[in-house]
Amino acid sequence: MRHNGVLANLYCILFAVFMLAPIVVVIGVSFTPTGFLEFPPSGLSLRWFRAILDNPDFIDAAILSLQLAAASATISTVLAVPAALAIGQGKFPGREALLALLMSPLMVPTVVLGIAFLRFLTLIGLSGSFTGLMLCHAVVVMPFVLRLVLASIVGLDRSVDRAAISLGATDWAVFRRITLPSILPGIVGGWVLAFITSFDEVTVTIFIVNPSTTTLPVRLFSYIAQTTDPLVASVSTMAILFTVVLMLVVDRLYGLDRLLIGEGKR
Amino acid sequence: MSRPYLLSAPALALFGALLVAPLAMTFVLSLNSFDFYEGISSTFSLANYAEVLGDAYFYEIFGRTFAIALVTTAFCALLGTPLAYFLMRMNPFPRSIMVLIVLGPLLISVVVRTLGWAILLGNRGVINTFLLDWGLIERPIRMMYTSGGIVVALTHVFVPFMVLAVWAALQRQDSATEAAAESLGAGPLTVFRRIVLPQAMPGILSGPLICFSLAASAFATPALLGGRRVKVVATTVHDEFLNTLNWPLGAAISMLLLVSILTVMITWNRYVETRVGRAYA
Repeated sequence: MRHNGVLANLYCILFAVFMLAPIVVVIGVSFTPTGFLEFPPSGLSLRWFRAILDNPDFIDAAILSLQLAAASATISTVLAVPAALAIGQGKFPGREALLALLMSPLMVPTVVLGIAFLRFLTLIGLSGSFTGLMLCHAVVVMPFVLRLVLASIVGLDRSVDRAAISLGATDWAVFRRITLPSILPGIVGGWVLAFITSFDEVTVTIFIVNPSTTTLPVRLFSYIAQTTDPLVASVSTMAILFTVVLMLVVDRLYGLDRLLIGEGKR
Repeated sequence: MSRPYLLSAPALALFGALLVAPLAMTFVLSLNSFDFYEGISSTFSLANYAEVLGDAYFYEIFGRTFAIALVTTAFCALLGTPLAYFLMRMNPFPRSIMVLIVLGPLLISVVVRTLGWAILLGNRGVINTFLLDWGLIERPIRMMYTSGGIVVALTHVFVPFMVLAVWAALQRQDSATEAAAESLGAGPLTVFRRIVLPQAMPGILSGPLICFSLAASAFATPALLGGRRVKVVATTVHDEFLNTLNWPLGAAISMLLLVSILTVMITWNRYVETRVGRAYA
């Protein structure tokens, strides 16, 4: 193992400052006692956190975002696992095309996805509905689940499957007792990443929400676009806090780098 | 025999109904015409494309968008590549902290991160206040509502992807190769140039592509930091759809964005394939 020199360490510190600066100022501003965005805050006050309670719009949006993220991550995972089994375990005509299609939401600009969803949902009468949002988000987050589940399937030892089948196990029993337990970390990791992606999604969502189904990022976006008082900072701080807790749990359980690189092994 | 098809059928059905069909319909929409009084009529013509391609206003928007994306990509590559290399050489504990700092922001909403940059870059923002207090400048530097401000914020948003790409490539390398080169008498610079760099190349070449395509289609950051003054393609599409309500024109602009990004991706991939293919031949 080789180590970095002084300059390299300095570079890392400066890089860390760059990455943390915008997040630190948002958190700092949210504790300000004044009525405008001020950093460093001239005092410490929880005034703007109390203000969240007086703005049910933000709380409703947060609850909707949580429900939406949980629902779309679940749908996406339920559909991605069998597809990943097909792609990861077999060679069949159209396999590459199927994989490319399911990963394509990463390639198509989100703004294009947004208007395509809007056009379609308007025509079938689901525009602005929770069902519409949920299905669209399921499409958007699918690549994240698929990549992680696939990574965990690729490393599987198929001889265990064959042994079980030779002993009379059905396909379902093989899946439930052998495959599922061994790919479970990938599935859980994929679900969490899908959940976070859906929870934070703004560009696609902004096109397909209506005032009664506005998600937290969209609500924050419109609020910042019109006015900026420290309320947006305190709401943001709560969202950061939520993400950090989720992140630490994932890092302990699964490894943040593994989750984001999407590789089965380190 | 039909097992893989059965297993993938549900996902395919969702994608067929909610991705393929809507994209096809958006293309059809881009051929329709729009009238302020009569709305969208289902005539088919290339009039919208002609309008976009024949108007200097749209050239400016497309040009600005790709310029911002290009500069952002360059920053991401220049800043992210060394960091990935240093990350590899860190001890496990500081490395896990650094990984949290670098990758963690990916999981925080772009809107929240952009708010942070607005607080930093504003005329009475953190950076200007600091510089004024120290007497380094006399008047605030305008950073909000400029392309430069957008580039800085977008670099912050996308540089983790660059770090991930290079890091993933470096992790595949066998650390024994560095030791072997050293034992054969190679200096640090030679080791870096002949051993580390070639192995990091797939990441150094694939990372910028991700950054570019994401930056060219970014919406929230340019919308909040650029406002109406610095319009990019994504914010223009948003305006056409939700303010002007000229959906066919918006659809045509977005189709042009899609095609130009896909063209860049395919061209770059070809280049990378021949380039990396040659390097490993």
